[in-house]
Amino acid sequence: MAGKRMALGMPAHPSREKLKFDYPAKETLRLHISGDWQTSLGTPPLSEIISRINERPGITQIAFDTAQLEKWDSSLAALLLKLERECEEKNIRVFYEGLPQGVQKLLALARKVHEKEWIPPKAQEPFLGRVGSAAIKVKDELKAFLDFLGELMVSFVRLLGGKAYVRKGDFLAIVQSCGAEAFGLVSLISILLGLILAFVGAMQLKMFGAQIFVADIVGIAMVRVMGAIMTGIIMTGRTGASFAAELGIMQTNEEIDALRTMGIPPVDFLVLPRVIALILMMPLLTLYANLMGILGGYIIGVGMLELNGIEYFNRTQEAISINNLWVGLVHSIVFGVIIAVSGCFRGMRCGRSAAAVGESTTAAVVTGITSIVIATAIITYICQLLGV
Amino acid sequence: MEHTNVPDPVIKVEDLTIGYGEKVIMRNLNFSVQKGDAFIIMGGSGCGKSTLLKSIIGLQQPLSGKVRYGKTSFWDAEPSEQLSIMRRFGVLYQGGALWSSLTLAENVALPLEMYTNLSAQQIKDIVSLKLALVGLSGYEEFYPAEISGGMRKRAGLARAMALDPDILFFDEPSAGLDPLSAKLLDDLILQLCDTLGATVVMVTHELASIFAVGNNSVFLDREAKTMIAAGDPKQLLRQSNDKRVIEFLTRGEKAAGSASL
Repeated sequence: MAGKRMALGMPAHPSREKLKFDYPAKETLRLHISGDWQTSLGTPPLSEIISRINERPGITQIAFDTAQLEKWDSSLAALLLKLERECEEKNIRVFYEGLPQGVQKLLALARKVHEKEWIPPKAQEPFLGRVGSAAIKVKDELKAFLDFLGELMVSFVRLLGGKAYVRKGDFLAIVQSCGAEAFGLVSLISILLGLILAFVGAMQLKMFGAQIFVADIVGIAMVRVMGAIMTGIIMTGRTGASFAAELGIMQTNEEIDALRTMGIPPVDFLVLPRVIALILMMPLLTLYANLMGILGGYIIGVGMLELNGIEYFNRTQEAISINNLWVGLVHSIVFGVIIAVSGCFRGMRCGRSAAAVGESTTAAVVTGITSIVIATAIITYICQLLGV
Repeated sequence: MEHTNVPDPVIKVEDLTIGYGEKVIMRNLNFSVQKGDAFIIMGGSGCGKSTLLKSIIGLQQPLSGKVRYGKTSFWDAEPSEQLSIMRRFGVLYQGGALWSSLTLAENVALPLEMYTNLSAQQIKDIVSLKLALVGLSGYEEFYPAEISGGMRKRAGLARAMALDPDILFFDEPSAGLDPLSAKLLDDLILQLCDTLGATVVMVTHELASIFAVGNNSVFLDREAKTMIAAGDPKQLLRQSNDKRVIEFLTRGEKAAGSASL
């Protein structure tokens, strides 16, 4: 900072030039304010004035001389306001007559606002209090979530009875955006995942001369869990987040209130089509991801390990049992529910500000991914018990 | 419709207390809106006008007290009954609150599709009429994001009127509009309500709108946490003894004697 000032050709200690003191009477300190007082140039610290006051204990008055003052802005007023409060405590009278009219008016304005809109300082809650409120909040969130699930169920039943108000056009648009439009991303990630699995497997299997089993590793891993998990994570970031943001902004714009007062349940109109669309699209995307992953394995197998293409294909077919496929699809449907419900729930619970939309989007992604991992563990355990 | 014989008042608010959780914003609210009234809910920023409106239109449950439509107490009624009350009113929200994924025509058409058995062509005709009434014919296929704030409010008005409601609620209709557009919107509201015979309830702090539109009102005060005046705003201006009311209605030029800027 100092170096920069020097480079700009400014005095190293502008304060010395700008602020001088004298004592016209025994009990009076006079401040000679001169030169340019602008925010960009910096102002001398208040302590400089205070130390002058403390130097001579008898001081009860402060006056100003601003004959040499050129340009000034609110930085001067800010300093004077601080000085004024300091003087109030020390019982020192301040005579403003020496200041320019503008500065006096600015100070008057600052004081006025201060009187009128004084707000008591917010009390900081003690640690235990914060822990308590956080715990209560968890309970409230849980209750709200159960309410939401209940509402969704009721709405689903209404749909089965043909009474829910779901627009076909909206539904198809959502299907397109969370299905067809996700193809590119799912292809890329799944092929790469297949490549990685095959590569890591190949390094180990080569030592035994059992390269062909790369087909087993890639095929089973992709179809049974990895395809579903990768698709789930992609869709959480892509679609879960967008659900939360869309509904959150609708909440902010009062669009959801407008639905309510129109007698249209927002869950029917906004949440149900999203949940159904994602539950339908997740298994399809997962199947596609499986295929792409196996293709990735094939590229490594045939390209790097010099396996025969037909042989690789046959090996894959033999390795994957139909049970693996079912397990994978169950994963994908469960993930579809998780992603859509957590995205929509966070969106519907969104507060009414831009920051709240950001928070609910983040929360949707965090909840989504965490729940996916937990659900995978649970499903794996159940499969273990069932011996599937 | 069967409700036309409902005796006055149209809306009656009894001992209403509103707030969030344990925080009370307003208490002891008592007033009624008569058929054909242009009723203003006024008061300074942040005093709870919008929260009161939310309790009246069924968006936020009051802490205690009743909001009666005719004889029915809204918050004690069955959901189906609440729905049939809600069907009788239209709401214009502060920013228009048009559904952003639908075109203007679809926005206005949605309540009609929901609650009537009209054919697609009939709905289309009604939609064009409503949009024409608010000066937006030709904008049927536009999305809310493609039009200006003032147009969005007018489109919101068209949507609020879609079902020819008995009661129209307005939340700060002139907020964010220039004085001329605000006046045009006020005029439009008055004309349309006059023609449709609708009762108007408007939340606003815009003096011009208060005097142009209102013939009855309540005045909410943040510090008192309740209503401190009620009646025709023009009469309040002439007769009120309350310094806070007069200060508000004259922009602080009378009775205040403050601010020498």
